[in-house]
Amino acid sequence: MPPTRTPVSDTLAGAGRGVAVTLTNLHRSYGPVRALDGLTLDIAPGEFVALLGPSGCGKTTALRVLAGLDDADSGRVEVGGKDITSVPTSARDMGMVFQAYSLFPHMTARQNVEFGLQLRRIPTARRRKRVAEMLDLVELSDHAERYAHQMSGGQQQRIALARALAIEPQVLLLDEPLSALDAKVRVQLRDEIRRIQLEVGTTTLFVTHDQEEALAVADRVGVMRAGNLEQLASPQDLYARPATAFVADFVGLTNRLQAIAEGDHAVLLGTSVPLLPGSAQRGPVLVLIRPESIEVTADPTGRATVVSASFLGSTARLHAVTESGETVVAQIDNDSVATFHPGDKVTLVPRPNPALAVAAAE
Amino acid sequence: MAPIGRKPVGALLGVLPFFAYTTIFLGIPTLIVVVGAFLDGNGHPTFGNLSALTQPQIVAAFIHSTVLSAVTAVLGAVLGALLAYAVSTAREGGLMRRLVASLCGVLAQFGGVTLAFAFIATFSSQGFLTLWLQKYGMDLADSNWLYEPYKGLVLVYTYFQIPLMLIVFLPAVEGLRPQWREATESLGGSTWNYWRHVAGPILAPSFIGAMLLLFTNAFSAYATAAALISQGSPIIPLQIGGTLSSEVILGQENVGKAMALGMVAIVAVVMTLYVVLERRTTKWLGS
Amino acid sequence: MSLHATRRRRQASFRWAVVGVIGLFFALPIVAMVEFTTRAPGGGRTLDTWATLFNFSLIDADYPELKHGVLASAGLTLVTVTIMLVMLVPTMTWVRLRLPGLRRLVEFICLLPLTIPAIVLVVGLAPVYAWVAYFLGESSLWLALAYVILVLPYAYRALDAGLGAIDVKTLAESARSLGAGWPTVMWRIILPNVRTAVLSAAFLSVALVLGEFTIASLFSRDNLQVAINLLGKRDSSLAIAAALAFMILAFVVLLAMSFVGSGRRSNRPEEN
Repeated sequence: MPPTRTPVSDTLAGAGRGVAVTLTNLHRSYGPVRALDGLTLDIAPGEFVALLGPSGCGKTTALRVLAGLDDADSGRVEVGGKDITSVPTSARDMGMVFQAYSLFPHMTARQNVEFGLQLRRIPTARRRKRVAEMLDLVELSDHAERYAHQMSGGQQQRIALARALAIEPQVLLLDEPLSALDAKVRVQLRDEIRRIQLEVGTTTLFVTHDQEEALAVADRVGVMRAGNLEQLASPQDLYARPATAFVADFVGLTNRLQAIAEGDHAVLLGTSVPLLPGSAQRGPVLVLIRPESIEVTADPTGRATVVSASFLGSTARLHAVTESGETVVAQIDNDSVATFHPGDKVTLVPRPNPALAVAAAE
Repeated sequence: MAPIGRKPVGALLGVLPFFAYTTIFLGIPTLIVVVGAFLDGNGHPTFGNLSALTQPQIVAAFIHSTVLSAVTAVLGAVLGALLAYAVSTAREGGLMRRLVASLCGVLAQFGGVTLAFAFIATFSSQGFLTLWLQKYGMDLADSNWLYEPYKGLVLVYTYFQIPLMLIVFLPAVEGLRPQWREATESLGGSTWNYWRHVAGPILAPSFIGAMLLLFTNAFSAYATAAALISQGSPIIPLQIGGTLSSEVILGQENVGKAMALGMVAIVAVVMTLYVVLERRTTKWLGS
Repeated sequence: MSLHATRRRRQASFRWAVVGVIGLFFALPIVAMVEFTTRAPGGGRTLDTWATLFNFSLIDADYPELKHGVLASAGLTLVTVTIMLVMLVPTMTWVRLRLPGLRRLVEFICLLPLTIPAIVLVVGLAPVYAWVAYFLGESSLWLALAYVILVLPYAYRALDAGLGAIDVKTLAESARSLGAGWPTVMWRIILPNVRTAVLSAAFLSVALVLGEFTIASLFSRDNLQVAINLLGKRDSSLAIAAALAFMILAFVVLLAMSFVGSGRRSNRPEEN
């Protein structure tokens, strides 16, 4: 449904509204558990950074330390060049959206959005105008008088976003805002959030455990593990040039196939594959190669055997076993699925895209 | 499974025992009270019992009961809410919480004889506190104050009102999500803002509802006063109890039923308000 | 730097202060009871009263009314809890499964005793109990029939919470599709899954029955509280000791129950 939206007002539009955020060497322990282990992160003004990682990696802790809801044991938090490490949450001027229970249950959507403005004693006329603009921005103007329990999860999160942005915060913080929603709503809403963020231009930190989500919306993605960043890069770089095996495994699907490394390339399935910097360079290695980087050809003299072919809608995958007994997942055209049957012989040829290799012992 | 639309007569048999039992032991007694309030000693319809309710000592008893219940409801609600909030900040599953919750579970039910005796042990002429204060030159002058509705009874009733408040109100306090406090802070609100605009309004219906429940509880209480007071019947439950004893004049028993009806009417109004308030809160806190 | 540590410390001191002061208020009468029951004639402390209380043969001989009261209440708790469970659990499950339209009505009936307090119930029960006495005899045990009504609100709440937490429909349907008859479904499928709620309802009932005085005394029957009250007129010290003893017993039982309940925490998603 193509929305008809009124043009963004000048209180909202604008690049350069955002400020720079710097987290320096943050440490935070809960007893024996190290939630943050020397985390350092720079976010440029107006940038949208996603923190991605498994449960317990410290991404939410990092967000909460930035928000002021948690104290770091040591390290510095700077926003717009100012050190705000000891500033209480209420003085930090940040908008926050939570995973669940975002909205105040006893207030209507309008009252929720208004709340921050009331606390700042914005005069009534300006307040009303701003609330109307925000509700318009998230396209829920006709739900203004509804309560949280009368709205769907997606709608609640949109109101929460409106509430956070109403106060024109320096930084927007999103703590897994889509994790509690249905799959379809998740996809729609993440695009909405990105669209709004681009319009308003606020520096944003977005925490999620869903790698597809992070890749889809962020300018840069930081993969975290055990309290620190494994890699901070654009989604394309993260995907095509992972710095570590953890990143290669966590982001997208990866095969781990045996090969012999010879300096800057490795011989895999009879083909020479260039290696990414950071790879093991000598001896037996495991090459981390993506399904779409393996070409499949039906070939009666081929050395690999088809196990199964799955149709996934826009794409398809083939599972095969090599002579040496390794399982390979390769991407194939979705209209060729029917041509591959279990037991067929195929030839697998890696494409010349650079891949990461790790020592075989890992 | 029976298809939807067909009246499951066989299924109704399953709930027959329940309905039969409650009819005999709850329905019929209620009916007896309601109908009997309008019958005289010979079984003829009359409003005489209702007009008997206007006798001075009965009116006084209703007033005493109402005021006593209201005062202890407010006291119990405020102190109990404070206690509930304090306990809610303790670690979940920790010792303090368990201790307090179990203690309150016991104290809320153990009014009556045990409570009366506890207070006699404390405040009577031979009581622990009385003797202890005497050592310091303070005399609790007339130790009969314990048996007066507005002094002793208030103190004694509070003893089971506060635990009841904790049991009823603690779930509501625990229903306050940390995200609401954090959202308030990130929007620039102070602790005062939080209580004034968020936590206060959210808890208000539960608080008032719990207070109404406390009122009902005190209003209906019989055992404690019965064990404490041997002379006279200053409150309604005791008056009703009096009509059941063998010393009562024949024909007076139906006045007891009228009193009971009056009691039920007052309590029913309060309980309806409570249910209405509870429905509203579950909508908010349940989401 | 630790704003939150400060707030947590402030919360902790507030917590201790409030619990402390209110705790003192509640401790006072209990301390008084202990003090009262350990007074020796001519000053000093003695455990004589308590020794008497636990000297069962002496109680049997000199204070038979106490013994009768204790036994009566023990029997009453058993009968009340049994009737309550046998009647409520199947009924509530059945309503959830087959007669959801009746749910509101059942709830209303179960919560009605909050509005029809014991003192009012007694007035209306007198004729009913005349029939009970005619058919079943004068034993105090039949007070249980009225006690079940008194515990209905508390038992209903506990069981409703327990049944609401499990998917009764799916459990019953799976069992039935595997060929189980209704008694099997109730006893072997539903009941084990609402164990905590059943225990909770049972213990709440125990607390209520042990503390009940109104109906028993107005019907001139025996029970624990009536016996203690009677005893009070004769030997106040012993009566107070008995009252305190049973209160402590109920407290220990409830405390133990709170540990049993916590073992069945629902699966919580892993915290980040």
